[in-house]
Amino acid sequence: MQHDSKFTNQKFKLVGTRVMRPDGVDKVTGRARYGADTFAPGQLVGAILRSPHAHAKIRGIDTRRAEKLAGVKAVITSADLPDLTDGDAELYNVLENCMARGKALYDGHAVAAVAASDAETARKALKLIKVDYKVLPHVTDVDEAMKPAAPIVQPRVRSKYRPGKRTNVAGVTTYGHGDVDAGFAKADVIIEKSYKTEQVHQGYIEPHACLASVGPDGQGELWVTTQGQFAFRNRCAALLGMEMSQLKVTSSEIGGGFGGKTHVWAEPVALALSRKANRPVKLVMSREDVFRASGPASSTSIDVKLGATRGGRIVAAHAELRYGGGAFPGIWGEIGAMAAWACYDIENVRSVGYEVVVNRPKVAAYRAPSAPMAGFAVESTVTLMAEKLGIDPVEFRLKNAAREGTRASYGPTYGPIGIVPTLEAVKKHPHMRARLGKNQGRGMACGFWFNFGGQTCADLAIGEDGTVALSVGTVDVGGARASLSLIAAEELGIPYEQVRCNIADTASLGYNDMTDGSRGTFSSGMATIFAARDAIEQLRQRAAKTWGIAVKNVAWKDGKAIAKGKRKSLTLKELAEASSNTGGPISGHNQVVADGAGVSFASHICDVEVDPETGATKVVRYTVVQDAGKAVHPDYVEGQFQGGAAQGIGWALNEEYVYGEDGRLQNPGFLDYRIPVCSDLPFIDTQILEIPNPNHPYGIRGVGETSIVPPLAAIANAVSDAAGVRMTHVPMSPPRILAAIKSSREEQELTR
Amino acid sequence: MKGIPVSTTVNGDDVEFVCDGRETLLDVLRNHLGLIGAKEGCGTGDCGACSVMLDGQLVCSCLVLGAEAEGREIETVEGMADGEKLHPLQQRFLEHAALQCGICTPGFLIAAKALLDHNSSPSESEIRYALAGNLCRCTGYDKIVRAVRAAAGDVRRQQKARARRKAAAQN
Ligand code: FES
Ligand code: FES
Repeated sequence: MQHDSKFTNQKFKLVGTRVMRPDGVDKVTGRARYGADTFAPGQLVGAILRSPHAHAKIRGIDTRRAEKLAGVKAVITSADLPDLTDGDAELYNVLENCMARGKALYDGHAVAAVAASDAETARKALKLIKVDYKVLPHVTDVDEAMKPAAPIVQPRVRSKYRPGKRTNVAGVTTYGHGDVDAGFAKADVIIEKSYKTEQVHQGYIEPHACLASVGPDGQGELWVTTQGQFAFRNRCAALLGMEMSQLKVTSSEIGGGFGGKTHVWAEPVALALSRKANRPVKLVMSREDVFRASGPASSTSIDVKLGATRGGRIVAAHAELRYGGGAFPGIWGEIGAMAAWACYDIENVRSVGYEVVVNRPKVAAYRAPSAPMAGFAVESTVTLMAEKLGIDPVEFRLKNAAREGTRASYGPTYGPIGIVPTLEAVKKHPHMRARLGKNQGRGMACGFWFNFGGQTCADLAIGEDGTVALSVGTVDVGGARASLSLIAAEELGIPYEQVRCNIADTASLGYNDMTDGSRGTFSSGMATIFAARDAIEQLRQRAAKTWGIAVKNVAWKDGKAIAKGKRKSLTLKELAEASSNTGGPISGHNQVVADGAGVSFASHICDVEVDPETGATKVVRYTVVQDAGKAVHPDYVEGQFQGGAAQGIGWALNEEYVYGEDGRLQNPGFLDYRIPVCSDLPFIDTQILEIPNPNHPYGIRGVGETSIVPPLAAIANAVSDAAGVRMTHVPMSPPRILAAIKSSREEQELTR
Repeated sequence: MKGIPVSTTVNGDDVEFVCDGRETLLDVLRNHLGLIGAKEGCGTGDCGACSVMLDGQLVCSCLVLGAEAEGREIETVEGMADGEKLHPLQQRFLEHAALQCGICTPGFLIAAKALLDHNSSPSESEIRYALAGNLCRCTGYDKIVRAVRAAAGDVRRQQKARARRKAAAQN
């Protein structure tokens, strides 16, 4: 794959402008159709019965009474989803998560499902299903689950953590380089600190929803809110024993995903119900089910050890990161271990990630998955070290920041990266000099995310009127259609309004990886550019044919074919109008593995006010500085920065899964799992930096995820500045802050 | 099940439907009347995605029974635009990129309209508190507040123009 490298001084006409999004009017008038917004003739309503126990053997399920209820058209259990995974352990995990097989592994685990003529009948039918449970001892805490005597969540888990024995530690991975022990021996100051973060949910406002239809001919359709129609197709087809091409998956408008909609939850169940009933089945998860049974992020427990010289150079760093994956093994600890030290240039560095299974729902990606927790532990410790050395935290970070050519702690050597520029921008930012009021404090922190490229495919069809239909296979999670239309128009040299970008279903375009890893605009942008160039190639051929000259003498400029000696040019529109006589329809196509996503860095500044009486913390000012590579549509880049920061603020201050002694989730609703509301937040200022990604023709980097990484530590650092207490447990909820203030007062009194 | 016949007004149109006594107004709008603009984010009154106006009052339609709509006036996001002309809030939401995924947008538009209908000069904090019953997970609310502030200006200008026209007609 050849990439342009002359991007740096590229002048854009359209890319970088703030145009209106093409799906906007539909979304402000209520016309846009999301997962729950479609209906099929004869559709049934699906509903899922879930385990009330954190851990239980299922001795039997009696569905007979439910089946006899008038209006019930299908009842299924795991017996209706036979194991077709053929030794694919990851796929088996997905299957078992969709429907418990012999054992319920968490509160909310699906055990049976029904399809009925209406919602009320479906609810009644669920009540008539009798499940015979034998309750087993459970474990929901990461540290508890690692103890030798802990109840075993998954008997099939084996790892080098306890060779040959059953364990809840499904994997241990180590990253780093240098000699960490020798490094610490050279350090003048060493800080060791332990941290904990609680489980949080992505909290998309739209619950999982789908409309599934499978006939006895083995053909099926699925309308679903998803971050990846192709991946959902592959997963569902594999689980149901269908042929991929026989299952058409259409992604609806998506009401937020943040990683949580990269995973199938109820979709295979809906398809199995539809197959059994031979009717379309609509299945919408309730909010309670979303919390209990879909995609939270890991809870974690992390130890950090950091050594530095008096001059302010980090000489050794070590982290142990224990991530709860829910009831199934994940790679969350590994990602945390990779991300932990990525901001810094450290000679001797090591991180060890542990994958811990617990009786909680299967963890799914949440925006820069695993990085915020590692970032919380590392960036809190980095600030502590700066304070201890008496160096300004920004200066301390600048002294140790990774640069072009730095070998990253997780392996690769960095190309041009943005951490130093973001820190320089923070240093100059007026926010850093603003006066703080009473009980207020300021903190800052950095964040990193890898970004991802992946398999991508795009079609660009030129209509006879010269307008362009662009089809992409990544889902538009918040403005991507505008950005991709801008890119197509830029490349072709036509007005933005003449391009319409569509999200293709799985029957209309080649495979695309999911919209994750901040890859939507990066990778589909790349495929769009190459598809446009493919179309331009044809346009030049048509012009050459029209003029009767060699193609090599035709150039494409500003939406027109030009050639030496031709006074008149041929516009895209003219060529399109004549296309039926010059060789038929004109279209461009591209498929690419969009490598080289270009890592992303951000630095955040945050002011908080802590009420010493209640322990309540209010964010009073917040600034995000992040490298975007190239901001295609600055409004939506800012929006990503702001949205990620807001989610990070919620994570830092409020959000947490609360489990009772009985292993049941106690707060599966927005009332008790409180995400930030409008009156909780200030305006979130943003500063976009553009350090072009050399691997992308337009210099684009992913922008979606990094912004959720710094807030946890930025806020912890600000709370420490405001209230004089170092919070090591997230969320920093009022009771925790109050307890910390109280114990620090007591300590002060004792030492007086 | 016995259905309950209900006559009501939705966005100015007379509407009749038959609903189950347990069905919410949100269910009725979405499943019987084909008005999918109001969304169900929680079903428990915590997210505001289902916001509609009932007799000029902002309500969560997931907390109102369909049968309660008898003889009342309902306004939904589908009724906000005036023909081809978008309501200033709709226009400003688009211009300010106040939506990302857009699932919360209908609820925010209705809640913001409820605010501007009786206060066209809200302060930032009045806007923030008026919208505190609506959850948005994508935007951090920044651009939403800016859009509402800009729309408030439009509404004030419309009110002034109307007042001027009225005064001119009286003279
Ligand atoms: S659906 Fe009514 S408030 Fe959430
Ligand atoms: S724009 Fe997605 S929830 Fe508000």
